[in-house]
Amino acid sequence: MATKQTRSLARLMMAPSVAALLVWMVVPLALTIWFSFQRYRLTNPAISGFAGLSNFSFFVTDPAFWPSIVNTLILVLGVLLITVVFGILFALLLDQPMWGQGIVRILMISPFFVMPPVAAVIWKHELMNPQWGVFAEIARFFGQAPVNWLGSYPLFSVILIVAWQWLPFATLILLTALQSLSEEQKEAAEMDGANFANRFYYIILPHLARAITVVILIQTIYLLGVYAEIQITTGGGPGFASTNLPFLIYNTGVNGGNIGAGAAGGLIAVVLANIVSIFLMRAVGKNLDA
Amino acid sequence: MARAVTPARKAGMTILAWLVALLIFFPILYTIITSFKTEGEAAAGFSLIPSGTIESYIEVFSQRDYFKPFFNSVIISVGSTILALLVAVPAAWAMAFSPTKRTRDVLMWMLSTKMMPAAGVLVPMYLIFLNTGMLDKLHGLVLILTLVNLPIVVWMLYTYFKEIPVDILEAARMDGATLPKELIYVLLPMAVPGIASTLLLNIILAWNEAFWTIRLTAVEAAPLTAFIASFSSPQGQFLAKLSAASTLAIAPILLLGWFSQKQLVRGLTFGAVK
Repeated sequence: MATKQTRSLARLMMAPSVAALLVWMVVPLALTIWFSFQRYRLTNPAISGFAGLSNFSFFVTDPAFWPSIVNTLILVLGVLLITVVFGILFALLLDQPMWGQGIVRILMISPFFVMPPVAAVIWKHELMNPQWGVFAEIARFFGQAPVNWLGSYPLFSVILIVAWQWLPFATLILLTALQSLSEEQKEAAEMDGANFANRFYYIILPHLARAITVVILIQTIYLLGVYAEIQITTGGGPGFASTNLPFLIYNTGVNGGNIGAGAAGGLIAVVLANIVSIFLMRAVGKNLDA
Repeated sequence: MARAVTPARKAGMTILAWLVALLIFFPILYTIITSFKTEGEAAAGFSLIPSGTIESYIEVFSQRDYFKPFFNSVIISVGSTILALLVAVPAAWAMAFSPTKRTRDVLMWMLSTKMMPAAGVLVPMYLIFLNTGMLDKLHGLVLILTLVNLPIVVWMLYTYFKEIPVDILEAARMDGATLPKELIYVLLPMAVPGIASTLLLNIILAWNEAFWTIRLTAVEAAPLTAFIASFSSPQGQFLAKLSAASTLAIAPILLLGWFSQKQLVRGLTFGAVK
């Protein structure tokens, strides 16, 4: 059916999207590579010229560098762990017959629609504040000393906030996948005397495998770039305790005015994201039917 | 046929599910409650019963110049979504109706551009914006959010368009429909729901985008994300005002989200989970 004419028309229709994304992919990346080898300070135009590898050595010898890499990975893995485990549990719960399922669903999905800065200020000021926060009130009610969450457990607190935002996403997607599991299959397994643990392990979990990989893929894309939550709640501190890679790059490149070192950091972030994505795309690519 | 469920079990599940849902929803609920307290009440400690005052809302509107960031958010999210749709609809259409061997590769490549971490290209984008005068300008943000969300828009439209049965076109042609008629009377009505869901989801994503919108704006083009971020450190008695501003910032999107939650799964998973 595809004649020569329709094929060239199809190409023409795709051209704007492909061109826009090509420019978006190539130009900033090329510039990042270029700047990463240049001496370039926002505040001092006298510093210029080829920098060799000095920007990279400057960035990786920053005392915040290794903590930021480790924190980035802990943040991604921590949030993934919480959201996938509780996402499965909540999806199983929501799949049960109950009254008011529609409203329960709406309440559960809501945090996903909250913009990151709002989530950050709510958790920082209303929940986690050690003086007037709700968590402090609860601690006092039980006769405990209030915990300074963001000061004492900064990275854990950020993980908690980000997990709260993404848990609804995981729950909703896993629930949708769960609901496509045929009733007959579950019933047959029940009649054959399979208990819940067996049904979960041999029927439900394999059925959810594809949805779980999709959840992991999409969340990882976003979690590698978490920024606003950290800037607003902890400012990357205390020390570097909650500094992740995007936060360090902004601090070095734009805030600190060292464009060359910021670009070098950016390139490291791109490489890190690519390593992660090669694994993920391989795992998930098979599952996406194009 | 549904399995028989004892009322006791159903009641138990109902209670458990409501408890979990309320726990998850609590931060939002408490913010809404606090927004209807006076600053004195808000600082006085935990309470679920507000006096019902709207003074915080009045203050947010009058002192904080709330309208500007609000309209900036509207322009950025709606503008970038419409721009993305204009570019993406033809592309998705072509890939869905005249697929070639390479269609799948093109789609996967588009998805892979989402893997580029924003922080990785922040430095050059910041310099480009600085040197072209787009820093803190609305058109710059519309452009960048269009590019950021374009792969998702193409994917989502593609999965919708693919479900339109092609046979129906042939039937229409047999009945003597010309190409324009075919487009307007046959394809368009079937494509509109998919385009509408894509529009809704993308507005939500663009409204909540909080990296570029914070980093590339200062005052003039700052949307709600940047406005709320300015509350990051405590400023005197401010909890009620903060809650009112937060409630206003999330309310429109919360409503849109509740509305489109069925489409959400499919859009966010690139059609892999339906």
